[in-house]
Amino acid sequence: MALLTVNLEVVSAQESLFSGSIKSLQITGSEGELGIMPGHAPLLTSLKPGMALITKKDDSEEVIYLSGGMLEVQPNHITVLADVATRAGDLDEQAALEAKQRAEENMNAHGTDVDYVAVAAELARAVAQLRVIQATTKRS
Amino acid sequence: MAVGKEIKTKIASVQNTQKITNAMEMVAASKMRKAQEGMAASRPYATNIRNVIGHIALGNLEYRHSYMEEREVKRVGYIVVSTDRGLCGGLNINLFKQVLADAAKWQGQEAEVEFAVVGSKATSFFNNMGAKVIAQISGLGDTPSLTDLVGSVQVMLKAYDNGEIDKLFIVYNKFVNTMTQEPTIDQLLPLPKSDDEKIKHRWDYIYEPDANILLDQLLVRYVESQVYQGVVENLACEQAARMVAMKAATDNAGELIDDLQLVYNKARQAAITQELGEIVAGAAAVG
Repeated sequence: MALLTVNLEVVSAQESLFSGSIKSLQITGSEGELGIMPGHAPLLTSLKPGMALITKKDDSEEVIYLSGGMLEVQPNHITVLADVATRAGDLDEQAALEAKQRAEENMNAHGTDVDYVAVAAELARAVAQLRVIQATTKRS
Repeated sequence: MAVGKEIKTKIASVQNTQKITNAMEMVAASKMRKAQEGMAASRPYATNIRNVIGHIALGNLEYRHSYMEEREVKRVGYIVVSTDRGLCGGLNINLFKQVLADAAKWQGQEAEVEFAVVGSKATSFFNNMGAKVIAQISGLGDTPSLTDLVGSVQVMLKAYDNGEIDKLFIVYNKFVNTMTQEPTIDQLLPLPKSDDEKIKHRWDYIYEPDANILLDQLLVRYVESQVYQGVVENLACEQAARMVAMKAATDNAGELIDDLQLVYNKARQAAITQELGEIVAGAAAVG
């Protein structure tokens, strides 16, 4: 029997963001974009800052921004353990733009006391947030 | 009138106690609300990571982490989460009883028992008992942070890595509702197996990027989240238990005051009756 839906749980350390059965999940893994359909082979991966696009049972879509975390896939169950997650609607475009600008300035400042890794991570988060915002505004 | 002076003072003193317990009840109630929110917020993460870990423990993985292997049990470690302050009913003592019963079971199988304790109540209890306490932390306050806990958790994990303990449990009060707190003992290591029937065949994950990096990361997060969850649940339990205990104390004080008031009134009445009797008798003698 072909599986049509799979259970998905999206949780962050602060709250549970999504719980229910879905048709597919699109998510940013550390090695690239992943598309997960019901009946996927067991998979364990870490996540990069990016978005999770959830297609629900009734074909409606939900977008969640993730700042990184872990993804576990079982044929009948998917779990996303996010570090920080925000529903797309709750993201602040202005703040994300500012964060991106700040991070870029820091990167180009060539100062000696700039923690390059931390700044790069901040930039990646800001860019990912902006992408999520753009994706949702296009859709609506 | 000198009658019932002692009773009057007694009533006043009980009334003062009642005021204090009443105030403590209200403080606990407001703190409980906050603690409960914190607990509810991090609960889904802790439950889900436990599920994932359950799956991993069931799987047939290429990379065997030491946390997954069942060893012969020679020593057992407990992380006991207690409160820092008293006046919360039987909350701590019920928990300790449960731990001791469980520890006795292991000792019956000739395993030694070690403790890492969180909270000053557990510290004093296990020290007085003469148990082996290898790590202790107290004074976490109302908003415990993970960084405060990491130290004593690391002690236990290191002991596990070095083969000094073969099983690790976390003990805390689980918050069911305001009236019910349930002492809970959860196995942390080796990883507890999930009882999901659907995945009981041989399988392994597809890893991206690499099995041991991922598992190391996940296992550390798992232990941290479980301990943190234990601490915040216990905090919510503490406030709930204190609220209930203080409510009972306030009610008892009320009853005590009523009883004393009755005794006082009776004594007063008896004194008046006696005085009247004396006056009447005196008047009769004169007349």
